[in-house]
Amino acid sequence: MEAEEMELFGIWSSPYVLRVIWALNIKKIKYKYIEEDLNNKSNLLLHYNPVYKKVPVLVYKGKPICESMIIVEFIEETWKNDSIFPKDPYEKAKARFLAKFVEDKLSPPMWRFFTTKGKDQEEAYESFTDYLAILERELEGKEFFGGENIGFVDILLGCMSYVVPIYEEITDFEIITKEKFPLLHAWMQAFLSSDIVRDNLPPRDELLYRYRKIREAFLSKDN
Amino acid sequence: MGERELKLLGTWVSPYVIRVRVVLNQKGLKYEYFEQDLTNKSELLLKYNPIHKKVPVLIDNDQPVCESLVILQYIDEAWSKTGPSVLPTDPYERAMARFWAVYIDDKVFLASAGILKATTEEAKAEKIIETMAGLELLEETFKKCSKGKPFFGGDTIGFLDVTLGSCLVWLKATEKVSELTLLDGNKFPKLVKWTEQFLSADCVKEVMPKVEKVEEYINKTLKPKWAAAATSSK
Repeated sequence: MEAEEMELFGIWSSPYVLRVIWALNIKKIKYKYIEEDLNNKSNLLLHYNPVYKKVPVLVYKGKPICESMIIVEFIEETWKNDSIFPKDPYEKAKARFLAKFVEDKLSPPMWRFFTTKGKDQEEAYESFTDYLAILERELEGKEFFGGENIGFVDILLGCMSYVVPIYEEITDFEIITKEKFPLLHAWMQAFLSSDIVRDNLPPRDELLYRYRKIREAFLSKDN
Repeated sequence: MGERELKLLGTWVSPYVIRVRVVLNQKGLKYEYFEQDLTNKSELLLKYNPIHKKVPVLIDNDQPVCESLVILQYIDEAWSKTGPSVLPTDPYERAMARFWAVYIDDKVFLASAGILKATTEEAKAEKIIETMAGLELLEETFKKCSKGKPFFGGDTIGFLDVTLGSCLVWLKATEKVSELTLLDGNKFPKLVKWTEQFLSADCVKEVMPKVEKVEEYINKTLKPKWAAAATSSK
């Protein structure tokens, strides 16, 4: 397949875009990447994603697919090599369930934790550490949520592997340590050093700068 | 080969449960149904859905599957040779079906619930506009997906049909409670025709509650509950 057949519209800092990049890497698919400016959205982006006007958008043979989870499933179902999902329908359902759990339950309190301080931050921390405990249990006996290889849940949760250390540095809070969550801690290292992820991470310094500004903006809004 | 034991935990009024039941019916699958009281959650529910403690929960030979859209896909894949397919076979069409299903749940149905919850006329008007905008997009989506056939899924009821279809009685009850029209035959002729087709299907009729019952539920149970929550959080 020519790279022109596959286009990915994204922004460098988006964890949702990265999910798609990691999935494309697993399947060894060549693609053309187009960096968007979300303050000045291209006509192409608005044409391909009129409903949400967001990234990522994958365009395959001229047809757009939106929403990162849906894009990853599309990639899995179109390219049969290097499976991202288990074959068994029940195991697949468990993966989809856990992915939705990460999206719906884990992300909001983690964001709240990062954008607040004091009691609000403490409450948010209590919430998401309960959810991290659930993920810790899921990793028992496995290196990745997908087993021996990176799978759907790993891809969905993956951004946590590089965002959590950044949150920890900026808030001076320990979130995922070897003592508190040994399996998740090990998973983060394994994920970050894997072939498909290692060279496909946003630049740390720029991300640190960006996240610092975000936290400052939120905290100054409350004052 | 032994008989597979299927159980479903649900409530009569939940669209998320209704859609699972429609698909189970369409596939001709027998299951034992357990009506849940969500104000007093059963041990069964807490055992099989400890994370969310919500319905529906499908229990297949003691293995639980939770989240309605996950359950629908599970049924489709585990019983792929039984009855009509729930999702299309083409990966791109499957992606479209998944996209619009999430849109229906996260945007359209939530916006319509917002009409009922709104405490000011302004908030209500905003939610009405949101719901109508969503229905407009769905009218266009229906034309593209159905390709002239009666359902989103073509000849048979599919993923999008059950996702939107399960919300229909709520939409109609919302119309009555809030005294407005959402499913406007002039604005959304194809969708309204589709609602008639969907609601008259055998696999739907037996699990779809009556509009009056949902209306009563909204007025006697839901609205007082929301009002009490609003007062207690002040």
